[in-house]
Amino acid sequence: MRNAFADELTQLSPLDQRIVLLSGDIGNKLFDKFKDVCGSRFYNCGIAEGNMMGVAAGMALSGLRPFVYTITPFTTTRCFEQIRVDVCYHKAPVVIVGTGSGLSYAKLGPTHHSLEDMAIMRTLPGMRVLAPCDATELRLAMRAVLKDNSPAYIRIGKKGEANIHPTPPKFKIGEAIIVQPGNDVALLCAGNMMSETLKAADILRDNGISAEVVSFHTVKPIDEIYLKSASTRFKLLITVEEHSRIGGFGSAVSEWRSFTKSDVQQIILGTDDEFMHEVGSQSYARKKYDLTAEGIAARVFESING
Amino acid sequence: MNKTTNLIELSRIANNMRANIIETSSRTGTPHLASCLSSVDLLTALYFSVLRIDPDNPKDLNRDRFIMSKGHGAMALFHVLAQRGFYSEDRLLTYGQDGSVFAEHPPTPDHLAGIEAATGSLGHGLPLGLGMALAASIQKRSYNVYAILGDGECNEGSIWECAMLAAAQKVSNLCAIVDFNKWQATGRSQEIMSLDSLVDKWRAFGWDTCEIDGHDMGSILSVLSKFPVASKKPTAIIAHTVKGKGVSFMEDDNNWHYRIPTTEEVVKSKIELGVLL
Repeated sequence: MRNAFADELTQLSPLDQRIVLLSGDIGNKLFDKFKDVCGSRFYNCGIAEGNMMGVAAGMALSGLRPFVYTITPFTTTRCFEQIRVDVCYHKAPVVIVGTGSGLSYAKLGPTHHSLEDMAIMRTLPGMRVLAPCDATELRLAMRAVLKDNSPAYIRIGKKGEANIHPTPPKFKIGEAIIVQPGNDVALLCAGNMMSETLKAADILRDNGISAEVVSFHTVKPIDEIYLKSASTRFKLLITVEEHSRIGGFGSAVSEWRSFTKSDVQQIILGTDDEFMHEVGSQSYARKKYDLTAEGIAARVFESING
Repeated sequence: MNKTTNLIELSRIANNMRANIIETSSRTGTPHLASCLSSVDLLTALYFSVLRIDPDNPKDLNRDRFIMSKGHGAMALFHVLAQRGFYSEDRLLTYGQDGSVFAEHPPTPDHLAGIEAATGSLGHGLPLGLGMALAASIQKRSYNVYAILGDGECNEGSIWECAMLAAAQKVSNLCAIVDFNKWQATGRSQEIMSLDSLVDKWRAFGWDTCEIDGHDMGSILSVLSKFPVASKKPTAIIAHTVKGKGVSFMEDDNNWHYRIPTTEEVVKSKIELGVLL
């Protein structure tokens, strides 16, 4: 995904002179092409994310469209107050990009995990929160936020994620994409868990359960139209995210259910309320929290079989 | 009120503003009075002599930008903007009332003409200003960006993050003015965070740095006339000031960080300032 981010921004920058890229001293070589195309709009802001976010807000207030890029905890929790005050309070259209989200950097330890980012970003007035499921959605999300005059946070993985969409789907901020229609249950996924979610749907299908698979690339604003429709068609929604079960996508759906007094049942799948102290690969970490195709399917079977 | 370089006239404007600020503090119960009074001469010089701004066209793309990075100096900023004509001074009568935009800290630019940034959380204004200064070079505009910082505000790490990036980027159209009144909320700034030497620190961080008497209008105008410098460095002006400047019983008394003047003290202050004879 990060390669797609760099490539898309390189393509967009000559077409949109407002684009500026601010990096927190990462992306060695990743942005070489961007720098070739428009080096005067690339700023390595050093390992100083609070300042970087304020600088981005100042640029946005001057009519530019800065993208701020670094590893997710450092572009979210590290500089949360600057995001709150400089970006959101001012309605400055800064695009904050967190790379290595969720458990992508499981091997690097909890300092580099990001399992709280969607929760905290959702709380900020005016903030869009996007979690594209693949490189195609990411590219479409980048184009969409440039047409939208609001602060935005885009949560991406690292590299090597499977491509989900064979052709670019219709993309609109706040409008979920049905990846695979189904009749019995709905698997709603935000972000890089889509491959596992689709595999879970395959397991369910092999066991006679038809699962609808939906990409909630936008967690805020949540797609209330889809949720309303789904709540009439399904008895059970399963939300899947590589994020804490507290405050993220599942919570957003749960808030909607509460607000609308919906009868639809929900299972929130995400990580436990803990720091992961043992080292491991992303797949190891996912297994630990049952964030696998088998784990997702098992929760559906449990629920249906009572 | 129009721009001027007449030192006597500027001092008269500053004294009137001090009286208005003291009255507002007393009437509305707004604290940070002494912090406002130390900034008044700097603000007066900027708004009435230096800044290329047009109150009738506050969003002019080529305007100079000013940010009150020490956002608790909002009361002084509100008064200087009113006197400069960004809005009627009558609007300040709503200060502190329910529904008013005039509070202890500046609102966002969308809510009050002349405001460039909503500050109040310290350490934010200068980075915002750096973003605006860099935007000028990206967009090939020739405006300058000025920010007044408190010495207490220089406790914040983001100020020094910003200082390093501005120097690395050779941002010469950014001017940080430190209102060095030697106090922060609860004590002497030097004792709390070992600020000395503030001048050496800014210089070591790569800024073109000088010290002035922040209440000497001639010195303020003189140093600001040399900005931007030819060396492609950002400029730091360490302005030695006195907290509560202008009123003998407030000067250098940190109780006036939070204290609200009584009606009698307002009258006494005005007499000292020569605006009520």
